[in-house]
Amino acid sequence: MSDWALSLQFFCTGLTIGSIYALIALGFTIIYNASGIVNFAQGGFVMLGALLAVSLSLAGVPLPACVVLSALLVTITGCALERAFIRPLAGRPVITPIIVTIGASILLEGLAMLIWGKDALPLNPLPGPPVLTVASAIVPFQSVWVLGVSVLLMVGLRLFFDRTLIGRAMRANAANRQGALLVGINPGRVVLLSFALSAGLGALAGALIAPITLASYDMGTMLGLKGFSAAILGGLGSSPGAILGGLLLGLLESFAAGFISSGYKDAVAFVVLLLVLFVRPAGLLGWRKAGV
Amino acid sequence: MNRRLLGFLLFAVLLALLPLAFSNPYYQSIFIFIGINAIVALGLNLLMGYAGQISLGHAAFHAMGAYGSAILTTTYHLNPWLAVAASLVMAVIIAYVMGIPTLKLSGHYLAIATLGFGMIVHIVLVQWVSMTGGTSGITSIPPLSLGSFRFDTDIRFYYLVWACCLLLMVISTNIVNSRMGRSLRAIHSSEAAASTCGVNVPRLKLGVFVLSAAYASLAGSLYAHYVTFISPEARFGFPFSIQAVVMVVLGGLGNIWGSLLGSGVVTALGELLRPMGDYDVAAFGLILMLAIVFLPQGVAGGLARLSLRRRTPAPPSAPSPQEVPHG
Repeated sequence: MSDWALSLQFFCTGLTIGSIYALIALGFTIIYNASGIVNFAQGGFVMLGALLAVSLSLAGVPLPACVVLSALLVTITGCALERAFIRPLAGRPVITPIIVTIGASILLEGLAMLIWGKDALPLNPLPGPPVLTVASAIVPFQSVWVLGVSVLLMVGLRLFFDRTLIGRAMRANAANRQGALLVGINPGRVVLLSFALSAGLGALAGALIAPITLASYDMGTMLGLKGFSAAILGGLGSSPGAILGGLLLGLLESFAAGFISSGYKDAVAFVVLLLVLFVRPAGLLGWRKAGV
Repeated sequence: MNRRLLGFLLFAVLLALLPLAFSNPYYQSIFIFIGINAIVALGLNLLMGYAGQISLGHAAFHAMGAYGSAILTTTYHLNPWLAVAASLVMAVIIAYVMGIPTLKLSGHYLAIATLGFGMIVHIVLVQWVSMTGGTSGITSIPPLSLGSFRFDTDIRFYYLVWACCLLLMVISTNIVNSRMGRSLRAIHSSEAAASTCGVNVPRLKLGVFVLSAAYASLAGSLYAHYVTFISPEARFGFPFSIQAVVMVVLGGLGNIWGSLLGSGVVTALGELLRPMGDYDVAAFGLILMLAIVFLPQGVAGGLARLSLRRRTPAPPSAPSPQEVPHG
């Protein structure tokens, strides 16, 4: 394969995983904007989405329905987490709920290990031909689903935040919590909704990527941390930043794995993370003085 | 003699007598691990409880101590004490370099930077096989020794670890009660107010961060020379960084005794949950979440409140001096 052909192959792979990172990064951004919390359970939502989709498909549910149903179930999990553990901590320093989300991610991982075991489980790809040939690159058709659904979700989110009353209330709350409170926006409900949205997004990301990478109880930590790196790269708090950061990170990782070393592939995200912090802490598209 | 000193001396005597009551080497090794973990927690507590910053990558500094000690003594046949010192210096320099840009910014940039750094260090430990042995790690690390006296049994190492731990407790207590400690608490309450009063906020935070990295590195070296075998999965990845944070939070932020208590609870919990087999991970997560919700001041704070309640009929409304101001 020539370098150009290889590059195209890496580009397609990078774009696929990058859009997954983007979805996870969006989840971080939504909760961060609503509450200032960095939700370390985000990776847990991703893992849960993938594994629930596997179980549903084994139970005979048609695949597209598996993806949607698992996202719904994880959304409920996200809401339960917020109600049971985040809500009671209102008024405590923001580090407290952050540590609770770390506890939640450990709990989710531990439960998943009990329920699904330690082996990686396969999930059938969504309907379509097995592979797609783009010029000289061969990509699994699932990549098309990943990209397509991601774009749909991103457009949908944009419309939700721009056009609907609830979405605009969430943006108002992010811009100025006290101001939003004064015009009657219930911050508690905004936080609950943000956990619901992020959990759903994370689960979709997990269920979409599982046919390519397999699903296992420990897949969430790395995906979650990389999604977080993507959010920082784009600028924590910025939705376009999360998408840009995710895609960039996916591409960088894919090219580094191909041309430098696949063993150090996972380090790329974190090297990028450190470089961003040292050079431009606000991130590529960060518009405000961000902080965790 | 004041009560605090008396309490400390009583604790030291208790520690000295403890191995006599527990001659089982299994219990002794648990006490040793509690001591090693307590050193990490003491340092991290200075950072989290007094400077109000979090590190999500302390396993990396722990790894530097352990791997520095291991590599320098096995590959380069350096004297173990020199290896401990050299690793410590390396951890300090790296913490310094990492702290300068991130601690100038307000917010928890240090947490993010240490998170990334911790992941990178773990990946390097696994991948750099020629230097670190990769996943199989490094074996036959020599024990520490003084002259011909080798710290190569559980009981000998027990006294070494707890001597280090008590010394570091004294150092931490002195720092906390010094001008530096008061400045740190001022930072925690309000950075703006502290810097108006002439506190050099970034420099002080940097100092505490470097100190906490040194504690973690020392503990790592002690671990390597005690266990004589290290591998990346043992305690040099993200889970141990989290465990260190949990020890501090569970014990009580800004509470030096809390660090010891947190280390004891978490280490013992790990051993107690072990018979539960695969249930231990989930149980650990749930206990962490419940503790945060129901024990805001950690176990130490909870105990203190309990004893106060017993002495006075009405619970005190004024915050105790140990309570950390929320920033």
